[in-house]
Amino acid sequence: MASRSSKSRMVFNVVNYLFLMLMAILCVLPLINVLATSLSSSSAATAGQVTFWPVEFTLKSYEFMLNKPEFLRSVWITVQRVVLGTVVSMGLTLLIAFPLSKTSSRFRFRTLYVWLFVFTILFNGGLVPWYLTIRNLGLLDSIWALVLPGAVPVFNVILLINFFRGLPRELDEAALIDGAGHWGTLWRIYVPLSLPAMATLVLLTVVGHWNSWFDGLILMNSPTNYPLSTYLQTVIVSQNLTTLTADQMKDLAELSNRTVQSAQIFLAALPILLLYPFLQKYFVKGLTLGAVKG
Amino acid sequence: MKFKTYFSELPLHLMILPGLITVLIFQYIPMAGLTIAFQKFHPVKGMFNSDWIGLDNFKYVLAMPDFGQVLWNTVFIAVMKIIAGLIAPIVVALLLNEVRVSAFKRSVQTLIYLPHFLSWVILGGVLINILSPSEGIVNQFLNMLGLESVFFLGDNSVFPFVLVFSDVWKEFGFGTILYLAALTGVNPALYEAAVIDGANRWKQTLHITIPGIFPIIILLATLSLGNVLNAGFDQVFNLYNSSVYKSGDILDTYIYRLLLDNAQFSVATAVGLFKSLVSFALIGLSYVLAYRFANYRIF
Repeated sequence: MASRSSKSRMVFNVVNYLFLMLMAILCVLPLINVLATSLSSSSAATAGQVTFWPVEFTLKSYEFMLNKPEFLRSVWITVQRVVLGTVVSMGLTLLIAFPLSKTSSRFRFRTLYVWLFVFTILFNGGLVPWYLTIRNLGLLDSIWALVLPGAVPVFNVILLINFFRGLPRELDEAALIDGAGHWGTLWRIYVPLSLPAMATLVLLTVVGHWNSWFDGLILMNSPTNYPLSTYLQTVIVSQNLTTLTADQMKDLAELSNRTVQSAQIFLAALPILLLYPFLQKYFVKGLTLGAVKG
Repeated sequence: MKFKTYFSELPLHLMILPGLITVLIFQYIPMAGLTIAFQKFHPVKGMFNSDWIGLDNFKYVLAMPDFGQVLWNTVFIAVMKIIAGLIAPIVVALLLNEVRVSAFKRSVQTLIYLPHFLSWVILGGVLINILSPSEGIVNQFLNMLGLESVFFLGDNSVFPFVLVFSDVWKEFGFGTILYLAALTGVNPALYEAAVIDGANRWKQTLHITIPGIFPIIILLATLSLGNVLNAGFDQVFNLYNSSVYKSGDILDTYIYRLLLDNAQFSVATAVGLFKSLVSFALIGLSYVLAYRFANYRIF
């Protein structure tokens, strides 16, 4: 009896390990295929000979991309939005979360404020009024259109509120006795203590800004103002070739659309892949930040 | 005394002010702007001064021949995604829970979390690449097995399932995190007692592990109710094309084309208002249910 159950257990284990391995491989195999295509010659790529290893290895597609002014310009715009957006939205998140982490008896308007923020998760004006509001403010084609509309990430605010509430209440009282005001308490006690939580939120915000493409598509009239993700969206998905110069057209003919597109996809994913080890370290923490509460 | 407490709370109000102004401008003004759903929008007169026409925009929307189809597509795709997206992470989390080699477990986790962090622009590019009928690696694999090529992104009978499958592919790994966290909270003494009672691994899973994570399953299931009209704009927009509008066009992409291709501001707003209202009711309901059954509060 015992041996039969251990035998079936072994069969289960083997199948289980194989299945999980297959799932894990399936998650990255498509990316490897794209990477291999981007490093292959155009003839091999168009003939569909590339699987998971480059055929007739070449870096030509990457050279082409890195010499393309539109591409470099969009990278620069993305860098700007990531830096500005992260600074602004972390600042606002911190300034909102601190007062709202107080109990209602210490900050009497807390409930009203909380509802004002949380209501924006439940209901929104939809695409058209949102677009018209930003247009009426004269923000179209400005970098601030990519930064300000999403500058208060309510979910992050909630995570930080919950984190602050987990800090010992005595710290507040000690600071008060030592004569620190609310600003001093926030800056000298809450900020240093919440650095790991803030690191999580910074990473999530950076990735969010890096990946977001739709605001660029709809709020930037001129393609010269597109951030990288939007630029990629228009060249990869919509296959818009009209922005190419004659020289680039000639280059492209030698290179094949397929290898260049693969190179673009991979270049866009690269920063996320480089950040990934940090992301992985922090995001589990980030998810459980919100979960740990009384 | 009362004045003094107000005074001491003043810095707290000041701290909130910048964020509050941002939210008022970029969230609450657009909500007020929903009024153009009841107006005939005029570009010069603008958001608050166009002429009122009552419910004409809504009548127009309901009379549009493809609106019913779009609504059906939205609900069909979203509900399939909710169900598949609920089951897949549970199964994988339970299987990962049986793994005793922690290095293997960690490697698998590292790889399956990855797609979550890539945008649908990137993954859309990847999928268009690998699903291409002529050069794509998936169809080459099918051909190798002696099967016909499938036009994944151009065939109305396949496209919705490509959406569901690729969405699960992107998110299932990330979805396991919460379940794995819940699994570590199951009391080990229960397993010891079960072994003494003669329960095998399968019985233990059925009677201890699954009941142990049941509250979080219920919680995530109720919260996903709010997504019934959210079929995933980013994904659909980056994968669809005019040949699969019939099966893949959803409310959000429909609104986008009404706005950008036809400049029908008021009609697009009417569709958007419909979506916002239904979603509001569903999300509200889901929070109430989650509070009732899982004692969950978002703040």
